[in-house]
Amino acid sequence: MNPLVTPDIGLVFWTTVSFAVLFFLLAKFAWKPIMGALDDRERFIEDALSKAEAAKEEMSRLTNENEVLIKQARLERDAILQEAKKVKDQIIAEAKEAAHKEGARQIELARIDIHNQKAIAMADVKNQVAALSLEIAEKVLRKQFEDQGKQDALVADLLKEVKL
Amino acid sequence: MYKSSILKTKIFTLLRICAVFLTLTAFSIPAFSQEEHAEGAEKKFEPGEVVLEHIADSHSLHLGGHTSLPLPVILYTDKGFEVFSSSHFEHGHADYTGKYYTYRLINDKVNIVGDNNTVAESSSVVKWNSSLTDLSITRNVVSMWMSIAFLLIIFLSVSSAYKKREGKAPKGLQSFMEPIILFVRDDIARPNIGYKYQRFMPLLLTVFFFIWVNNLIGLVPFFPGGSNLTGNIAVTLVLSVITLLVVNLNGNKHYWQHVFVPADVPGWIWPLWWVIELVGIISKPFALMIRLFANITAGHIIVLSLISLIFVFKSFAIAPVSVAFVVFMDVLELLVAALQAFIFTLLTALFIGTAIEEHHH
Repeated sequence: MNPLVTPDIGLVFWTTVSFAVLFFLLAKFAWKPIMGALDDRERFIEDALSKAEAAKEEMSRLTNENEVLIKQARLERDAILQEAKKVKDQIIAEAKEAAHKEGARQIELARIDIHNQKAIAMADVKNQVAALSLEIAEKVLRKQFEDQGKQDALVADLLKEVKL
Repeated sequence: MYKSSILKTKIFTLLRICAVFLTLTAFSIPAFSQEEHAEGAEKKFEPGEVVLEHIADSHSLHLGGHTSLPLPVILYTDKGFEVFSSSHFEHGHADYTGKYYTYRLINDKVNIVGDNNTVAESSSVVKWNSSLTDLSITRNVVSMWMSIAFLLIIFLSVSSAYKKREGKAPKGLQSFMEPIILFVRDDIARPNIGYKYQRFMPLLLTVFFFIWVNNLIGLVPFFPGGSNLTGNIAVTLVLSVITLLVVNLNGNKHYWQHVFVPADVPGWIWPLWWVIELVGIISKPFALMIRLFANITAGHIIVLSLISLIFVFKSFAIAPVSVAFVVFMDVLELLVAALQAFIFTLLTALFIGTAIEEHHH
């Protein structure tokens, strides 16, 4: 048999022993830590990526939340403003009404006062008119009865009316 | 689909075996035929011999020029262990008498020299010889240990970098290795094995880097390279047996059900089915073994043959052509080195995947 294709027992033996030693040394001191480190790193990278993804999601969630908050705040502000406006309007309306009422009362008071004053004045005027009328009548009578003839006439007249 | 893939694997295996044997015989026949001539003319250059010598294992480590480092010879004999330096063989020119036997190096293999100059080969996978088993630290073993030291230094430092720089971006060597590790995980293990891939990552990574680094070391033509470890059938045999064991020891109920009690196959066919399935189980890792061995060895043979051209023609004029082709081949081999490591790991992952797959009929 050709020596090239005849395995030497010595070399088979030494290869087996040497390869076994190499395998166990490398497996224990090289491949295990290396594969472990590679796996760890891959897990770390995967972890970091998923964390980044989560952070991104959290970020967008926060942004959304912020937006919602801002919207809410805006709505609240609008509501407050509206409320304030309503209150203002109410106050103004109330004030207007009060002023209106006060004015009306004042006018009424003034009217009553004027009415009273007018009545007093009218009474005064009436008295004066009466006094004046009496004075005038007296004066007129005095004038008419200045001469004796007229007095006699009147008495005669009056006497005519008296029927006995 | 499963059946057709088995069929495909088998055809590929057959083709590969044919191709390998054709290649090997093409190189070995001239090598052996020229050997006879070499007896007379000592200095004649024999490319086949040189190529085979370079891609085969050796008991000494060639450092350059005429210097080579003798390596320890460890022999397991029926009388006990025997350890001595390979320098005693003087590159095969001398016998060495140890404690128990006298040994002779023939074609860089240790043999026992008996009485009357009879020679008994050391045991091989095909012929067991109880009196001699060669467990020497050969060139390939040294090369493998260097590659293992290199791998340990690289990956232990990368591993410590992960501990030191926990949670930080990778840096330096760590950032060079990380994409490759991730490639093995994301393009080899995960798509083929599925969600249970983590259990098999250590094996796949070790196999991938072991094959790749040794393929690359094999491309370096001088020390500390120059060996042909992943192009050695013994090494690819061990690697593919590991695949065989891992695949079948992890096979789940569905996998074994498919092998032994196929649901939609009539009972009288079952014995034939078992044979086919058994062949399928064996042939898948067998193809892995042959594929890696043949690809790497073929690359080495081509590069060495191209270099040999210079010496065959005994002319400097041919050198630029040779070198140009060698550079081209080396670049191609650089690709093949990574590709074969990838394919071996990919197919291992694929086989594991089919064995642990959850079927939903």
